Amino acid sequence: MGQLLSTLALVAIGIIAFGAIIGILYWLVSQLREPWRERGRVGVFVGPALLLLAIGLIYPAVATVRMAFYKGDGPDVWAGLSNFKRIFTEGDNPLVLRNNIWWALIVTVFSTAIGVMIARFADRMRGERVAKALIFLPTAVSMVGAGIIWKFMYANSGGGNQSKQIGLLNWLWVKLDPILPGKQTAQFWLQNDKFFGIKSSFLPGMNTLFLMIIMIWIQAGFATTVISAAMKGVPDDLVEAAKIDGASDRQAFFRIVLPYVKPTVITVATTTTIAVLKVFDIIQSTTGGQFHTDTVANDMYVKSFTQSQPGYGAALAVVLFLAVIPIVVINNRNQKELRQG
Amino acid sequence: MSTVPIHAEDAAVGAVTFTDQTPLGTKLARTASGRVGRIVVWILALLWTVPTFGLLVSSFRPEKAIKTTGWWNAFGHLGDMTTKNYSQVLSTKVGGIPFSQYFWNSVKITIPAVVIPIVIAALAAYAFSWMHFKGRDWLFVVVVGLMVVPIQMCLIPLLKLFNLSWLHIGDNGFVKIWIAHAIFAMPLTIFLLKNFIGALPREVMEAARVDGASHLTIFAKLVLPLSVPALASIGIFQFLWVWSDLLVGKVFGGNAQNQPITKAVVDVVGSRGNDWQLLTAGAFIMMIVPLVVFISLQRYFVRGLLAGSVKG
Amino acid sequence: MSTLTMVNLQKRYANGYEAVPGLDLEIKDGEFLVLVGPSGCGKSTVLRMVAGLEDISGGDLLIDGARVNDMGPQQRDIAMVFQSYALYPNMTVGDNIAFAMKLRKTPKAEIAQKVKEVAELLELDKVLDRKPGQLSGGQRQRVAMGRAIVRHPKLFLMDEPLSNLDAKLRVHTRAEIARLQRRLGVTTMYVTHDQVEAMTMGDRVAVLRRGVLMQCASPQELYERPDNLFVAQFIGSPSMNVVRGTVVSTDHGPGVQIGDQTVELGSVGAARFPGIGEMIGRDVAFGVRPEALGGDGSGRLTMQVELVEMLGSELLVHGTVNAPAVRAIDTGVEQSDKPTSMVIASMDPRRKVEVFSTVELPVDIDRVHLFDLDTGLAIGRDAAGRVTDSSSPNELDKG
Ligand SMILES: Nc1ncnc2c1ncn2[C@@H]1O[C@H](COP(=O)(O)OP(=O)(O)O)[C@@H](O)[C@H]1O
Ligand SMILES: [Mg+2]
Repeated sequence: MGQLLSTLALVAIGIIAFGAIIGILYWLVSQLREPWRERGRVGVFVGPALLLLAIGLIYPAVATVRMAFYKGDGPDVWAGLSNFKRIFTEGDNPLVLRNNIWWALIVTVFSTAIGVMIARFADRMRGERVAKALIFLPTAVSMVGAGIIWKFMYANSGGGNQSKQIGLLNWLWVKLDPILPGKQTAQFWLQNDKFFGIKSSFLPGMNTLFLMIIMIWIQAGFATTVISAAMKGVPDDLVEAAKIDGASDRQAFFRIVLPYVKPTVITVATTTTIAVLKVFDIIQSTTGGQFHTDTVANDMYVKSFTQSQPGYGAALAVVLFLAVIPIVVINNRNQKELRQG
Repeated sequence: MSTVPIHAEDAAVGAVTFTDQTPLGTKLARTASGRVGRIVVWILALLWTVPTFGLLVSSFRPEKAIKTTGWWNAFGHLGDMTTKNYSQVLSTKVGGIPFSQYFWNSVKITIPAVVIPIVIAALAAYAFSWMHFKGRDWLFVVVVGLMVVPIQMCLIPLLKLFNLSWLHIGDNGFVKIWIAHAIFAMPLTIFLLKNFIGALPREVMEAARVDGASHLTIFAKLVLPLSVPALASIGIFQFLWVWSDLLVGKVFGGNAQNQPITKAVVDVVGSRGNDWQLLTAGAFIMMIVPLVVFISLQRYFVRGLLAGSVKG
Repeated sequence: MSTLTMVNLQKRYANGYEAVPGLDLEIKDGEFLVLVGPSGCGKSTVLRMVAGLEDISGGDLLIDGARVNDMGPQQRDIAMVFQSYALYPNMTVGDNIAFAMKLRKTPKAEIAQKVKEVAELLELDKVLDRKPGQLSGGQRQRVAMGRAIVRHPKLFLMDEPLSNLDAKLRVHTRAEIARLQRRLGVTTMYVTHDQVEAMTMGDRVAVLRRGVLMQCASPQELYERPDNLFVAQFIGSPSMNVVRGTVVSTDHGPGVQIGDQTVELGSVGAARFPGIGEMIGRDVAFGVRPEALGGDGSGRLTMQVELVEMLGSELLVHGTVNAPAVRAIDTGVEQSDKPTSMVIASMDPRRKVEVFSTVELPVDIDRVHLFDLDTGLAIGRDAAGRVTDSSSPNELDKG
């Protein structure tokens, strides 16, 4: 408690000091002559934000782009495109990209689809709020928390006693043995980098799929909440008119409601994709990127901060940035078309 | 409706409720979900809850029980439930520091990292809404456009910048984390607050100017009080984001003294990955604050979420 | 106590739209001037320039003879009542009223004293601790007034302050505001699109069309001696009947031929329109108010009755005459394509008038108006009138 109080006191002092500085600056620029007075006032208001953005986003982004063309281990050893070349060609490196692409595709599709489904089926259902709240809850547990929750789900307590599993998934899996064909023994789910037994450089490993489930579990609540709010905004008259014209529930949903909320669905999908592309915490709190589950963001961290290859790390960050841009552009274009159409 | 009404009043009431409750609105409106839909929703809700629930139950089971039997067996032995895991994890040392200290680190990181960017962004949002200057709209587009820059792109140069010796913040991890969070929150926070502050009634702002208020007075006496709902939503948003953050804390925290609880939990995963009694309890200590905030203030959070997801 | 002077005041918006091409207007000390005109004519633009809320594109704005173009609103010592009232939602009524004084560091005791006075004057003393959200529409309006009058500013500016009230309250508040202003004696500029409000409240009324001042005069003068067709038709309800006619010469002096009949102006008309002798054969707009068709008069106008409206205090008789209607529009004067037009006469309510009958209406020649068909300007009025015959179109723009 003492620590909390001292923190709060610190923050209060900080805010008062900040307010005082702003006040003094404002008073100072108010002593200037026009047009500098008004300019100065604008500066006091937007200055702090612009300063933060300039030193914290714009300059670093530019510096990172520059760094991506340097070796980084020696001072300023020009590397040309070799960092990028390594990302796409060297050894297991391309698997990181492969994983990210699958992550973006699968997590986005599933969490958006689940969001649409729940938003539709739960709409005006009894207990709607409770059900949606439960699905929304993982949003709050943090990715690290989610990683541990699911690591526990996937746990293999090992040993010979296959029925004494502490991980829910393995327990179920072993229980299913008598029912399913073949022999179901406890698995190390997060170590299996084959896709249904196939070792491929295109298909994601099973372990990556299991990690994706974590992200879907987190993101579905976001999708549900936003899409559900949009669906509640569909005018009743519209649906009623369709019903009177003879549309079935299903037809009314696919022909009227879904097109109506399409911009929202696209926005949700875009936001999810961007979040997924940057996935880092889940990897950190589960496999740490081992067993071919690495992603761009995690690899970028590892290369930059533990393996001293800042040039390579910077190149990965640039790749991430380049991947985000077209998604944003496509989304904007879609939104614009829909607004006009 | 086949019974004969006894009193005229009853008939009238019946008629009213009839017309009130069975308009097309409830009978035809939407796409009624039907039984299958409802079952699907509840199954999903259950699936979505079980993992967290399992971890919560486990965190109260004795170490030996956690490691040998599934948490679903706990219901037969409710008497065995214990808080020992919690006391154990709180005193466990991670990176030479007790786990409990990381909790307070997170508190110390989060509060300023929520307050600072919101205050700064509110000032900027006011300027973008109510001050006139050349290139205002253009500048706003640039600021919002910075939302697409991934944090990852900024980490190393920013860290180098912070470590410049004349800045004297090189060894103060908290300050670095605060500033970093403030920076990364800036574009979205400005965007959301501009949407809100820009929508305040123009005539009220003008009335204040006619009454002789300066921009600073208008901001402090009118805009801030009127923006409380938006500030609350964004604040909760930012709170959950900062508390849950691992990357920024890990990169800018420096030594263990300044690391957030997420970092400690991840370290436990790395070093003692099979000590489930530590992991479960530790994870719950980490999650309890955001869960409480989230559950008690969900309405505001959703509002912020909806406002935020309108962006391009 | 102040005067307000606008010299060739101009406003061009950032998108290039010229809302006010150049306005000359002077408001005397203590005067209540109403700026009236159709919606979108630039009234608010003018008011906001005076308030300092809108940049001035050209010309000069003087308060007490000092140029204030470049001063911010807070330096001009004005108070403004907004259409939406613009109360501070987060402050109590008392704080709303006191806000400006607090900013000026007025001593606390003085603030409390003044707020109390104003609250009593406006019957707000019971609600001083409430927030605006808990007030009725009428109370909010009074708070907005209170916020303005508590400061004793040089100028009151009001932009349609009554338009959010229901009809009954509006009539009541209208009188209240006018009384208050006269009592306080503060120079006031009041904007409305409602000509009844303008006529009942203003010492003088300025009529604006597309940013151009059409006439500025006392309500009575505006009504009786409109400078042009636009003012003639904008002021008064039901509005002035205006049809096309031709100036002719009859046995008893000049007349106006309207369709197949002639309204004889006689010697009264000859005196009223001095230059009419030279206008024989010219088409003009012939205007006459409904009440000048229902009482006594030497002229005669026959019409076919189509509709009779009994209002209690008067009887409105609508009928057709065989001449096209003439109307002032935004850009000038428009003549109807239809060969017949509706004319309204206001009569003694005790008269009996049959629908579809033909009635002969007396025309009070003293209240007949003639307007130029191209420029819309009033034609040669009596000796006291400023305007004589003119066909120069520029005349209109200058107002
Ligand atoms: N900010 C602006 N930019 C461009 N045109 C404007 C602006 N504000 C008002 N206008 C235009 O100027 C004209 C006058 O507006 P206004 O003064 O509000 O009219 P009124 O108050 O008489 O109804 C209108 O045609 C309006 O469309
Ligand atoms: Mg207006």
